[in-house]
Amino acid sequence: MIYNMEYETMPREALEAIQFKRLQATLERVYAMVPFYRNKFHEAGITPSDVRALSDLHCLPFTTKQDLRDNYPYGMFAVPMDNVVRIHASSGTTGKPTVVGYTARDIETWAELMARALASGGASRGDIIHNAYGYGLFTGGLGVHYGAEKLGASVIPISGGNTKRQIMIMKDFRPTILTCTPSYALHLGEVAQEMGVDFQGLHFKSGVFGAEPWSEEMRQEIERKLHLSAVDIYGLSEVLGPGVAVECIDAKNGLHIAEDHFIAEIIDPETGEVLPNGKRGELVFTSITKEAFPIIRYRTRDISMLHREPCICGRTHVRMSRVTGRTDDMLIIRGVNVFPSQIESVLMEMEGVEPHYQLVVDRKDNLDLLTVRVEVGEHIFSDEVRMLQTLERKISKNIKEFLGVSAKVKLVEPKTIERSEGKAKRVIDNRVL
Amino acid sequence: MRVEQISVFLENKAGRLSEVTRILSEAGVNIRALSLADTSDFGILRLIVNDNDKAKEALKRNGFTVGKTDVVAVEVGDHPGGLHKILDVLYQANVNVEYMYAFVQQSGNNAVIIFRFDNLEEAVKILTQNGIKVIDGSVLYGM
Ligand SMILES: [Zn+2]
Repeated sequence: MIYNMEYETMPREALEAIQFKRLQATLERVYAMVPFYRNKFHEAGITPSDVRALSDLHCLPFTTKQDLRDNYPYGMFAVPMDNVVRIHASSGTTGKPTVVGYTARDIETWAELMARALASGGASRGDIIHNAYGYGLFTGGLGVHYGAEKLGASVIPISGGNTKRQIMIMKDFRPTILTCTPSYALHLGEVAQEMGVDFQGLHFKSGVFGAEPWSEEMRQEIERKLHLSAVDIYGLSEVLGPGVAVECIDAKNGLHIAEDHFIAEIIDPETGEVLPNGKRGELVFTSITKEAFPIIRYRTRDISMLHREPCICGRTHVRMSRVTGRTDDMLIIRGVNVFPSQIESVLMEMEGVEPHYQLVVDRKDNLDLLTVRVEVGEHIFSDEVRMLQTLERKISKNIKEFLGVSAKVKLVEPKTIERSEGKAKRVIDNRVL
Repeated sequence: MRVEQISVFLENKAGRLSEVTRILSEAGVNIRALSLADTSDFGILRLIVNDNDKAKEALKRNGFTVGKTDVVAVEVGDHPGGLHKILDVLYQANVNVEYMYAFVQQSGNNAVIIFRFDNLEEAVKILTQNGIKVIDGSVLYGM
């Protein structure tokens, strides 16, 4: 089902005219309201009036995660705090989160886009949505929640965790749509099996899964084990949250980007040059309707490509291919963004601990397990087992406090962490997507 | 009245212990006593050798993390209750033993036990006050 027929199936010409009008308004506003953008535009020698067509977008400077960090927490907001009704945050590279804000109208836009996304994933009024995305600073839970209500569906705000109870609720409340991360979907499948509950006997039709990269094979596994149709959803808090792009259940071949609210580009991550359709590169987003936290040419570091062929579902919005990787070494562990540099700062803050470490990620029973291997140098070494075990626990605790992710710490001998060309290999991801 | 012990960090995987003994033997270092404390992940090898500097240097050169600690070598009477008496003395005096292990050589007819204390000075004082023989490093390395 198409939630907003007018906008989602708008002819390209009309859509692009709207995009341009909205882009101009956004540029005027950030230029006037956000010193960061004004300075960036000055440095690049442009003013909003120099952008005379959509194709002029590529003249504007990029915005990076570092820029957001430099303006922590509210420096990028384009409205007074009086107008901000919601704040979300996602983890950043050094432990300080990236903070985003929403006006009442932004929340309304987000709900609309999530309603579209859920409809695109097979939901409609009358469906019961089991929303197992985490509620909190993370945009997943509340993003889906507002969209579900907007759609007129019934939402079960179950959030993450307590899997056995979730299975019980699925049996008793008879939800028809499942929303969670794809790895949690598989975990639910396994726990259900252990409990002797067959998904075939439940009432799910489809599921909208995202917040972490996954593969076509994983989709097939989810569909087989959970007996539902699985679609991919994409979003990031810096741009909006979930609902920036979503697959249609009709084609399940690429995610339609909500182009009446965002302009997507693919660039060469090395040169910054805009790449043509069908070429793989870094996704860049510009928001064109957001009020509190507009963002211009944000480098997502996600690798994807754009397709403009018409889709069988009737939507005219461009499709992005499933995200296949990152241009940096960010890991997503149980839905939490983890950068090796964050672990490094945790270690550096501990006396005597050398920053020789490696992150090993495994997936057991569809849950991510993070092991942090730390080389034992002379400063932390002790002849007493107790002391070293205390150290392991302390590192673990600091990582949990700092990053919100559980990690097992394993002490290893010096120089055992692989180094290639003198550079330590920081991440070993054994998860098979 | 103290003995220098070296300790080596080992990952709990096959061949690491024999790697240490190989390095020491190639460096011409004699191992006088050895104890391995291990967990599921790692182990700590404690050694008394005849030449600490040479041993440390050889191990470090081979990439091992090496530590140095002072321990106490105590002569234990070759009769029933010999060790018990010592432990009892320490217990009564509230001296905490971190760990202990046996020395290879005997001192005459008596066994030698290596003790690691939190408070070494205090422990040595208590032991000698109670007529227990503490062996100095210089004597021990040559035994
Ligand atoms: Zn479609």
